[in-house]
Amino acid sequence: MEGNGHSGSTAREEYEVREHDVLVIGAGGAGLRAAIAVAQKGMSVGVVTKSLLGKAHTVMAEGGIAAALGNVDPDDSWEQHFIDTMNSGKFINNWRKVEIYAKEAPAGVIELEQWGALFNRTEEGKIHQRPFGGHTYRRLAHIGDRTGLEMIRTLQEKLLTTDAEVYMETTVTKLFKDSQGRISGALAYTRESGKFILFKTKAIVMATGGWGRIYKVTSNSWEGTGDGIFLAYDAGAELVDMEMVQFHPTGMVWPPGVRGILVTEGVRGEGGILRNANGERFMERYDPQRMELSTRDVVARANYTEVQEGRGTPHGGVYLDITHLGYDEIMKRLPTMHEQFLKLADVDIAKEPMEVFPTVHYNMGGLKVEPESCATTIPGLFAAGEVAGGLHGANRLGGNSLGDLLVFGRRAGEGAAEYVGQSTHAAGAPDEEVQEEIRRVLEPLTKKPSDRDESPYLLQEELQEAMMQHANLMRDEDSLKEGLRKVLAIKERIPNVRVGGSRLFNPGWHAAQDIRYMANISEIIIRCALERKEKRGAQWRLDCDELVEEYGKINFVVKKNEKGEPVIERREIPPMPEHLAALFKKEKTKV
Amino acid sequence: MSEGDVTSRAHAPVGEEELGGTDRTIKLNIFRGDAGGGEEVEYEIPYVEGMVVLDAVLYIQAHQANDLAVRWNCKAAHCGSCSAEINGMPKLMCKTRIDEYEGKEIHVGPLQAFPLIKDLVTDVSWNYEVSKGITPFTTSEKAPFTLYEEDVERLYEPKSCIECFLCQDVCHVLRTHHKHPEYAGPRFFVRNQWLEMHPLDEANRLHDLKEKDGIGYCNITKCCTEVCPVGIHITDNSIIPLKERVAGEYYDPAKWLMRKIRGRRNGDRAAG
Ligand SMILES: Cc1cc2nc3c(=O)[nH]c(=O)nc-3n(C[C@H](O)[C@H](O)[C@H](O)COP(=O)(O)OP(=O)(O)OC[C@H]3O[C@@H](n4cnc5c(N)ncnc54)[C@H](O)[C@@H]3O)c2cc1C
Ligand code: SF4
Ligand code: SF4
Ligand code: FES
Repeated sequence: MEGNGHSGSTAREEYEVREHDVLVIGAGGAGLRAAIAVAQKGMSVGVVTKSLLGKAHTVMAEGGIAAALGNVDPDDSWEQHFIDTMNSGKFINNWRKVEIYAKEAPAGVIELEQWGALFNRTEEGKIHQRPFGGHTYRRLAHIGDRTGLEMIRTLQEKLLTTDAEVYMETTVTKLFKDSQGRISGALAYTRESGKFILFKTKAIVMATGGWGRIYKVTSNSWEGTGDGIFLAYDAGAELVDMEMVQFHPTGMVWPPGVRGILVTEGVRGEGGILRNANGERFMERYDPQRMELSTRDVVARANYTEVQEGRGTPHGGVYLDITHLGYDEIMKRLPTMHEQFLKLADVDIAKEPMEVFPTVHYNMGGLKVEPESCATTIPGLFAAGEVAGGLHGANRLGGNSLGDLLVFGRRAGEGAAEYVGQSTHAAGAPDEEVQEEIRRVLEPLTKKPSDRDESPYLLQEELQEAMMQHANLMRDEDSLKEGLRKVLAIKERIPNVRVGGSRLFNPGWHAAQDIRYMANISEIIIRCALERKEKRGAQWRLDCDELVEEYGKINFVVKKNEKGEPVIERREIPPMPEHLAALFKKEKTKV
Repeated sequence: MSEGDVTSRAHAPVGEEELGGTDRTIKLNIFRGDAGGGEEVEYEIPYVEGMVVLDAVLYIQAHQANDLAVRWNCKAAHCGSCSAEINGMPKLMCKTRIDEYEGKEIHVGPLQAFPLIKDLVTDVSWNYEVSKGITPFTTSEKAPFTLYEEDVERLYEPKSCIECFLCQDVCHVLRTHHKHPEYAGPRFFVRNQWLEMHPLDEANRLHDLKEKDGIGYCNITKCCTEVCPVGIHITDNSIIPLKERVAGEYYDPAKWLMRKIRGRRNGDRAAG
């Protein structure tokens, strides 16, 4: 019978072997766009996803795609998009990545339209663009408040017209490298049956999204456990800006079951007003110019501060009011939000305000990549989308993720295809290595019961509580250190995780894999947060001064040492070339 | 407690009374089993204010039955993952409140129109095969397109499909008569409809709709419309117009008109 072996058993497992020129891990916007790029080069590509096709985080995106199309505000330009993104990221962004992004995002949106995506229109029949926090001009291409659905469905349907092979509900657990340190394959298991697959491949595009699930209150689904970033880190890749975790200012707070579910920034884009329990429009005190449309870090801290200082709503949030728009306009521009509040919270947002509070939403940090090809520091490993770092710096602007997926998804796919085209080495992994990994993955099912057994769900919950308490949007050294102590203690208990049942679609067994990724990433985040002793974007150290100039010149880069411990290096950011630096001089004289 | 520690209730652990915990418990009967067979198992759990069925199922999974198989992603009716049958009705578990069943038993089981994998999870891969067989959006025009709200407004409805496959589950052609090989099902009529109605699409899917997708099997019972969680009027707005066009091999007059107008507009552009 399956799953009945014992710890340390040497029974050999059968596994399927599949070979692709490029393996794309992840079927969100980034993975799908990358896979399309590879298929268009005529290469064989496999796409692996933990969920069914079309269910990744990308489907949940609501607000829109930021791209300087200039359809509504003709003065918009890639230069201004560049400036806004760098300003919001507090200048620790990779400026070359931002430049490429700002220039290529419009083409990404137009390409989606070419493939059948539908956007709301302007009076002149162009793609409509809505305002969002921190964007100087109205810049977000959107369709109502379900832009992510339109995007992922379009990419998914485009992918189905290619020869790409999709492995749904399949989870990758390890990357293999050859003796030269180049990518040579990956191991995965199918969630349905628990059978293993060895992928032989020379190039992998990592597109596994973020790790919001390490926190208790988050807009992310069960998938956001940081698998991809950990697997790449474990294989030796470098990570950047890991301390930068985005708290979205507006998550639902009530009832408890919906806590953390996102209230799109589109609500503020469409004129939503934030008030505290005393009815004050408090953003006047935090950012009188931009008010509700300030950047997310600022609005999140404002909401948080109001509650901490005792001006919160009955359930510990602040009010977000869009009633002035009226029922008809709300149904046109924010129908999903209307339905979500009515169904889940008994609140009619056309008649009463919503209660909102910050929710963990996005990770600015990620795998360090070359801006042009999205190559990581491991030969053959590429990365795009939320799992990659550098674009957003210390704070992401709304709409800059969906654009990121299109621009760098394509570049990562093309980068991988080009790499494979130039390589002649063999792919694969020795059977002993495969067997060893299979044994490790099966361990929670096969080990003998003991009185130290832990539930993967409860251990995850403990970690999420610890991160929520100690690595929240306001941080200080004592609390972070306490958090680190807790995370390290949880890490030690991971080997005790044991689950019952068989390998057949067993979520407990799946959760047992995720806790390893979550705990290690949490540790890295806290360690980096301890290092960056300043207030910059999402990293807000109560015990430190405002922006510290020297920190503005460096990124924290993390890599695993021989002992398997994370080592943090301060890496200097190269100065901006003249043509980019000049933009900010112009910007200054303009004001 | 240090300054950086969080005290806001909105980030604190749920459980205490003020955070929605109550003394009440509720019972759920959940189907447990696989292709080899199975039965309902009763679970009793603490009730939390505003709870949806998915909350209850995930609580059971975390505390009482770690291997309980269930799909979910968004918890907000956006992704279409958590489809199941609640008291025999195809529904999204994340959108179905426990308090709708006050005084009634709650039975949760898997979709019936697809092969069971385990517990609440069925094999829906057939749907993706059907999707692959539909002629994609085809146009010779180059984006960016000039399209007006009034041209595309009616496409918004079919485009809001979240692929929950509840309509596929309820449709008797699939559920009772198992016509999977000859019938695409309501979800894919919805997809065909926006493609056919897109003003710039140039492909013709009418032949496929009749021969391959078996639209003739649909006898307009409207059960699909009733279960659609995003409120697509599947029968009236997708299936009937497609059926009419298949029957008469008509072209959509609005689309035909659009092409004429666009042709003229493009002509103007060329002339100007
Ligand atoms: C509710 C919500 C609303 C948002 N709204 C907006 C918005 O309006 N505008 C905007 O720009 N951004 C928005 N964002 C952010 C944006 O949607 C995400 O950052 C983006 O979709 C991430 O895309 P991705 O392709 O990188 O990864 P994801 O879409 O997260 O996909 C990750 C993929 O990787 C797969 N995967 C993960 N681990 C493994 C593994 N071990 N093995 C195999 N596969 C694996 C998953 O199954 C999944 O397919 C929103 C996010 C959320 C949660
Ligand atoms: S209307 Fe047609 S497609 Fe819908 S449930 Fe009835 S038979 Fe099936
Ligand atoms: S048409 Fe409605 S019921 Fe059918 S799959 Fe789409 S959203 Fe679900
Ligand atoms: S979990 Fe996404 S629809 Fe229910």
